[in-house]
Amino acid sequence: MIRLISPPIQERPGYFGPYGGRYVPETLIPALEELEAAFHEAVNDPGFLREFEDLLRTYVGRPTPLTEARRLSEAVGARIFLKREDLAHTGAHKINNALGQALLAKRLGKRRVVAETGAGQHGVATATACALLGLECVIYMGTVDMARQRPNVFRMRLLGAEVRPVDAGSQTLKDAINEAIRDWVTNVRTTHYLLGSALGPHPYPLIVRTFQSVIGVEARAQMLERFGRLPDVAVACVGGGSNAIGLFAAFLEDPVELVGVEAGGEGISSGRHATRFADGDRGRVGVLHGTRTYVLQDPWGQILDTHSISAGLDYPAVGPEHAWLRDRNRVRYTAVTDVEALAAFQALARLEGILPALESAHAVAEAMRLAPARPGAWILVNLSGRGDKDLETVAKAMGEGKTSL
Amino acid sequence: MNGIDAVREVFQRARTSRRPALIFYWPVGYPDLETSIRIVADLAQAGADLIELGLPFSDPLADGPVIQRATQRALENGVRTPHVLEAVARLRAMGVRLPLSLMTYVNPIMARGIPRFLEEAAQAGVDGLIVPDLPLEEAEELRAAADAIGLAWVPLAAPTTPDERLARIAATATGFLYLVSVTGITGARDRLPADGIAHLRRARRAAGGVPVAIGFGISRPEHVRELASEADGLIIGSALIQHGEASGFDEEALSGFVRVLREAIPGSPV
Repeated sequence: MIRLISPPIQERPGYFGPYGGRYVPETLIPALEELEAAFHEAVNDPGFLREFEDLLRTYVGRPTPLTEARRLSEAVGARIFLKREDLAHTGAHKINNALGQALLAKRLGKRRVVAETGAGQHGVATATACALLGLECVIYMGTVDMARQRPNVFRMRLLGAEVRPVDAGSQTLKDAINEAIRDWVTNVRTTHYLLGSALGPHPYPLIVRTFQSVIGVEARAQMLERFGRLPDVAVACVGGGSNAIGLFAAFLEDPVELVGVEAGGEGISSGRHATRFADGDRGRVGVLHGTRTYVLQDPWGQILDTHSISAGLDYPAVGPEHAWLRDRNRVRYTAVTDVEALAAFQALARLEGILPALESAHAVAEAMRLAPARPGAWILVNLSGRGDKDLETVAKAMGEGKTSL
Repeated sequence: MNGIDAVREVFQRARTSRRPALIFYWPVGYPDLETSIRIVADLAQAGADLIELGLPFSDPLADGPVIQRATQRALENGVRTPHVLEAVARLRAMGVRLPLSLMTYVNPIMARGIPRFLEEAAQAGVDGLIVPDLPLEEAEELRAAADAIGLAWVPLAAPTTPDERLARIAATATGFLYLVSVTGITGARDRLPADGIAHLRRARRAAGGVPVAIGFGISRPEHVRELASEADGLIIGSALIQHGEASGFDEEALSGFVRVLREAIPGSPV
């Protein structure tokens, strides 16, 4: 049967150290309690796990391969392995969580699903899961993101989802989440909120971590089976942090160095970035979208707009477990700029024949940067999604001279 | 007299005169700082019993489009915590005596630090606090600190809140219980929910004597008439903002709206 990493025992339920919690309007509390109970039941129910496993195997195409990136490795002087979430159905890791939660929604008797999306990958995954399971689906998406991820908007509509544009605030992921939560507050009795990242109010960070831990469980087993050893380093990009926590969860007890990569945008000093950890001035502990964590904010607690070339990393808060892993120095968090991510995007395309999502290109860039300092190191990179959705963005950036072929 | 006493007195007075307290919400800094101060002073003059002052937050996830737009504009006007507290101090200096509660989200409070925020608020003349993203389980630190400094704590309950939980929430109130009328976000509505009265009665029974003020969606004199005999307080927000917008924030129009609502309370002197 499918192996997932069990949710960690929390000293204070709902909290990772001082981070996490449930900072939402009272209206939602009973629904969150109900969801928490259903989740714990489900992950202990062999029937549920069998159904989930069957979908992951026969529909998503899991396990996804582990590919050794030989030419890239040679070019940078390390051994780089790619966990190929880009080969999962719908082209990113998001489908793992979307299917898991859609099954939970059915278990709760909820026939309507709402979700937010930034890059569109979570929206596509949710629309897909809802089509498969016969659920009504509404996706909220910022109008800026709709413009830069047009193919995904069309995909969601083809899959039968209603895509509702969000014109408020910065018109990106943050605002889409606000609107999805408002919808949920209004329709909570009939609707499940299918949150796409390891953030939000308890129990979402635990749910998303658990369903995504299939990535790390597979990658760890694949390394051991093929090479008889674990990697020295595992690297993943961190927006909210779902692909990263899904990978890291399986390695937390191992002597493996873990590296999370935030979006450095145009550089930290430019102020145009999404690095919650690296910008000690503006990235401070606060509350956004129901969870206490590091948040980019002004001195008076107003949330700041962020920038990243990758819509999926363009978000001012980070999942609460990442905040805790960082405080305990279990995971090192670093940042990669737009320019570095674009260079990694092109390197992977030319050397390996793989177009990564711009999000995942941040993790690839970090591996390329790490390699010279650790000659011969074995580096596992979570290639969380494929790059087809980003072609327009990349073409535009290249045209603007940020990088060239 | 501290904030807790001031708020308590409002509800005692309302009970004695057998009418609900009329509570209005206005976001400080909307349409601009000066006009918002004038509007709050006018509302006090026109017969409001208590005013909730909105301290704007960039991501107000319990609010509908009207309050979202208004608080967004306040932020664009540069209004932040110190300006809101300065507005309170100025209102006090102008002789505005009715209780003023801050309504905001938890992040601006945390950003300042709870003790410092509360101290500065009390100093400026704030009487109470309403924080819609701080449910029972997360509220204790702020509630206890507010209690210690004499600021009224106004927790919220919703139609989805079970009776047993509502009783526990009400027990934490040092001002009143803010009962959300609908499963949803703020915003004027043409009609109150069909089960509104039943919801209110159930909540008042469970609240065990703690005053219950109902808000979200109350926007017309007929809503006031319908709820007057059932609630300890009625809270009007989005509808007031819309009246302001429609009249170019005209003093007479806003005061007139307050009077119309007051007169809709059965048995009120005209």
